Amino acid sequence: MAGKRRHILDLDDFSAEEITGVFSVAEAMREVMGRPVKKTPALRGKVVATLFYEPSTRTKVSFDLAAKMLSAEVLSLQPQTTSVAKGESLIDTAHTLEALGVDILILRHASSGAPYLAAQNTSLNIINAGDGWHAHPTQALLDLYTIWRHKGSLEGLKVTIVGDIKHSRVARSNIWGLTTMGAKVTLCCPYTLLPANLGNTGSLFPEVSLKPDIYSALEGADVVMTLRLQRERQAYGDLPSIREYTNLYQINDERLKLAKKDVVLLHPGPVNEDIELASACVYGPNSLIKEQVTNGVAVRMALLYLLSQGWHK
Amino acid sequence: MTPKVIAGAEDIRRIIARISHEILERNHSSKDLAFIGMRTRGVPLAQRLASSIKQFEGLDVPLGILDFSLYRDDLAHQGPGPLVRATNIPFNIDNEIIILVDDVIFTGRSARAAIDALIDLGRPASIQLAVLVDRGHRELPIRPDYVGKNIPSSKHEDIVVHLSEVDGIDEILITSSQETMKEG
Repeated sequence: MAGKRRHILDLDDFSAEEITGVFSVAEAMREVMGRPVKKTPALRGKVVATLFYEPSTRTKVSFDLAAKMLSAEVLSLQPQTTSVAKGESLIDTAHTLEALGVDILILRHASSGAPYLAAQNTSLNIINAGDGWHAHPTQALLDLYTIWRHKGSLEGLKVTIVGDIKHSRVARSNIWGLTTMGAKVTLCCPYTLLPANLGNTGSLFPEVSLKPDIYSALEGADVVMTLRLQRERQAYGDLPSIREYTNLYQINDERLKLAKKDVVLLHPGPVNEDIELASACVYGPNSLIKEQVTNGVAVRMALLYLLSQGWHK
Repeated sequence: MTPKVIAGAEDIRRIIARISHEILERNHSSKDLAFIGMRTRGVPLAQRLASSIKQFEGLDVPLGILDFSLYRDDLAHQGPGPLVRATNIPFNIDNEIIILVDDVIFTGRSARAAIDALIDLGRPASIQLAVLVDRGHRELPIRPDYVGKNIPSSKHEDIVVHLSEVDGIDEILITSSQETMKEG
């Protein structure tokens, strides 16, 4: 399992056992984060580079922090200020980083599959920090970990994912992870925000159901995961109006009452306040949104540690 | 070579009693004592030492658990990963006399890692090392302060400690080792 893993590209190749292993290492990392001196030497001498072709706050900062708390050397590369601006291809950039001695490359790209290309063409360890509409495995792992910490287990939980599923790599990776861990997933969104191929979801994922009506989707939910309406991916063009979407799909206190009393609320951030989520809910009593950010560092520390440990040279 | 039992439950019980007296004698029953067990089998040993001291002197000695995996120097040489688990030290180690507890000392590299891990957490008054077995072959200038049993062993042998809390039985075994050597 973890010892032989070279890349983290999506959660489709993670077993339940491996995901549980990540949780256990993340617990140890949370303890490190709580210390007065937040630093351990586990990745001393390793070079970790982040290459983000799309903007990010949480993911990038938490990877930077995670690598630094493990004592790795961290390179933060911004494509706008590197040779990418002169037209260097992704593969060339990856080869260059490999030649410079980078060990782990954390890559975010607007094109689905870009991290796979880097993984196939170099011997770098690749972590997918989000590729197009496809996958965002580290976000999904931190979501799973956050739920697991609060509920003790994921088995049998009813998880409702609400919002822009079509453009959401977070939703896709979460569906893999949640179903692997035995949760029951309900997707709730207007049909225009549903991926075209999700008609066959039933056969691929028997545990995933589709309920476009928000009231029945929220009923009895243990976890509500809201997604950002992705303006930069033309999500707004798929809707008659934002106000209609808000009226039909916004998560607010009143609608949360349909779920179980101890429901927890997640959002990968950044939130479009008062669009997909009422601002009162963001830091409300059910919200784990801030904790997701903390857990994001712990999970990424765990992943960096596990990847570097499986190093075979 | 079939595994040979070197010590049984009674022997281990006596060792714990003796070491707890030695700790009290050396530290003058200090109120600043604290035990920290090194995962995995140092943890039940530390618990046993603490309850033995409670029994002899009525002293409540705080107890912590240390996972030093993040401080090891041999990660790359290990097989599929021993997972890191949480360190849990529910007290401030500053100015305490810390008794680090492990089952076997061999190369001394685990002890080095554990000392580094502790020093990242604070500044103890002193760190002392208690082990159930010293099997020799040190690779670092580290020596335990309290030793249950000296077992001079060849590098081709393995010393295996079983404790009832983890393994269901108390015993110390010596076996011939086929696999790459690991610190016990």
